[in-house]
Amino acid sequence: MNILSARQIDKQYGSVKVLDRITVDVPQGSIYGLLGPNGAGKTTFIRIANGITAPDSGEMLFMERRMTLNAAVHIGYLPEERGLYRKMKAGEQALYLARLKGLSKADARKRAVEWFEKFEITDWWNKKVEELSKGMQQKLQFIITVLHRPVLLILDEPFSGFDPVNTELLKKEIRQLRDNGTTVILSTHNMASVEEMCDHISLIDKSRCVLHGKVSHIRQTYKSGEYEVGFEGDGKRLEEVLNAYQCTVSRDEKHPRKIKIYAPGKTANKLLSIIISCVSVTSFNEILPSMNDIFIRSVKRN
Amino acid sequence: MNKILIILRREYLSRVRKKSFIVMTLLGPALFAGFLLIPAWFATMDDSEVKQIAVIDSSQLFLKKIPDTEHFKFTYAMNVKPEDFKKNLAQTEYFGILYIPPYIAYTPSGTEFFSYRQPPAGLIVHISNAIEKTIEKEKLKAHQIENLDEILRSVSTRIDIRTFKLSEEGTEKESHGIVNTVVAYVSAFLIYLFVFMFGAQVMRGVMEEKTGRVVEIIISSVKPFQLMMGKVTGIAMVGLTQFVIWIALTLILVTTGRMFFMNSLTEKALQQGEVYAQVASQTGNELSGQELMNRSGDLFSMLDSVNFPVLIGCFLLFFIGGYLLYGSLFAAIGSAVDNDTDSQQFMMPVSLPLIVAFMVMLNVMQNPDSTVAFWFSIIPFTSPVVMMARIPFGVPYWEIILSVGLLIVTFIGVIRLSAKIYRTAILIYGKKPTWKELWKWMRYGNN
Repeated sequence: MNILSARQIDKQYGSVKVLDRITVDVPQGSIYGLLGPNGAGKTTFIRIANGITAPDSGEMLFMERRMTLNAAVHIGYLPEERGLYRKMKAGEQALYLARLKGLSKADARKRAVEWFEKFEITDWWNKKVEELSKGMQQKLQFIITVLHRPVLLILDEPFSGFDPVNTELLKKEIRQLRDNGTTVILSTHNMASVEEMCDHISLIDKSRCVLHGKVSHIRQTYKSGEYEVGFEGDGKRLEEVLNAYQCTVSRDEKHPRKIKIYAPGKTANKLLSIIISCVSVTSFNEILPSMNDIFIRSVKRN
Repeated sequence: MNKILIILRREYLSRVRKKSFIVMTLLGPALFAGFLLIPAWFATMDDSEVKQIAVIDSSQLFLKKIPDTEHFKFTYAMNVKPEDFKKNLAQTEYFGILYIPPYIAYTPSGTEFFSYRQPPAGLIVHISNAIEKTIEKEKLKAHQIENLDEILRSVSTRIDIRTFKLSEEGTEKESHGIVNTVVAYVSAFLIYLFVFMFGAQVMRGVMEEKTGRVVEIIISSVKPFQLMMGKVTGIAMVGLTQFVIWIALTLILVTTGRMFFMNSLTEKALQQGEVYAQVASQTGNELSGQELMNRSGDLFSMLDSVNFPVLIGCFLLFFIGGYLLYGSLFAAIGSAVDNDTDSQQFMMPVSLPLIVAFMVMLNVMQNPDSTVAFWFSIIPFTSPVVMMARIPFGVPYWEIILSVGLLIVTFIGVIRLSAKIYRTAILIYGKKPTWKELWKWMRYGNN
């Protein structure tokens, strides 16, 4: 089932088209990457997904019903521009925002205490937000996003402002939430985390969706016949032979027993048979293009 | 609906708990009570100081003719040049020097008063009255009338006008112009102050949410309209809380103060009465001490001529109405800008009617039943301030009802327009809005 379906969404501000016939399907229980350069229309899309604004035409379906603000209590939203009441105490603030999402006071308190413990910020419950460090504010904001146990989490650049240790903590929690059935939409420019975490992605550029699908599929379709081979034997001879077969070879001085081969239009078996004839192979890997490369290529092409 | 309450509660509590609120709420009545009681206190204080005044009378007409009062004592200096005296004034205990020229009876100018400090207004009036009276007497004497003193005493009159206000129901009520004016001024000023103060709080609150980027999280939970109304009503409750506490504390302070000062006031009135009686016998004025005592004893009872229940009821109505009207406009401004500087260009036109109302109010107090007063107390943007200035003088009920009705209709309309601007503007950053854009946002049909 798709928890969120955008159907041909259009949105225009004045004469500027922000979203142009965007169609996105977010399967339940997945981590979905929403990618795109700055100003592509991601924030507008996210706002529509949250029921904050409505599309000009097209439909946003949430749990197979038209999205409304009332349904948005099942969504947890972490905006890119973080913000909390600076003068309000951390604990109080978590309770207040959870209650606005429809939680009872007692439930809100119980869950907030649990999360504060999990993130080790219990001592800061009665501190004003402005007294917290940036990292702690980020933690608090994440807690506020998940406190009401949303079925859909929309996280806009969730890792910005976190140190590596806390980034790992956050990733662990996000995966944990996914494993417990929460669907996560991850909007980020950090392509490494996309490769690591996302099951599906959509790439929005200049108000249009230019690429979407499973991450593993996309990387397969974008592969261009690049391999990394470890070997024992005469490297020089191997290079000459490969060049004769119209393969490009690049070597790294630091690793004389490794070679990178760019062999468009050749199957792995064919390539292997050529290499085996010269040297003995210790490792053989097909290099899939990174999401970073795919991102840059798609945006440039568009 | 429930969510508006949650928001209202936060807005209310976060403000009521602030130190500045608590200090202002407790200090306010002390200030008000001070305004009411300090004059009375001064009246009891002042007695002790008697100002000595040296009279240099070149005309030789006024020896012992200027009566001493409880505050001023006149000493007559003979054969002194005013210039010499002036030089040495600082070394003497005299407050000032009165110089009367030789031909005072024939020329009105030339009388001079010198002092280091500003002479009290009463002193100069007292001196000129005494001089005038003496000269008149001298001139009358020149006509050689028999039994002149007796005649003068019998013609000397003093009148005391009490003013009554007739109502259409045929009853009449003693009115006290000054009391009404003070009450009118205080209540109109309070409305002006409250609407501005709490309206500005709404604007700052909205801007805080916008620039702090909290708003994006909140409106993914509640409608912008709910957020705006929660905030506006929450701050209204803060205002009402402050008002009610102020009224209660002021009443307590004034009642205590009244009991305390009443005794000394009565005593003083009696003394004053005696002094005046003495003075009166000297100058030919006849006003019994008893009568004088009645007049000053009235100070507090005069306040009773104001219909306080109606006044406070109207105050609450007009405060809430005026505040909702301006508060929602201020909320719209707050949503449209993301820094203080930008807010100025919108603040000015929005607060202009309020400032006009204040200026009209000052005029209305002189003439509470004029056409200007009528219209400005009916027009919704100025009515809260202007009507409050009229009510202590008595306003027909139909005018109040019409004014309140129009105010309600207007604020409902204004709140809807403001909400439209608010929900669009609150999410737009980094752009200095223009009037044209506000107009456009106002007309957006759905989100």
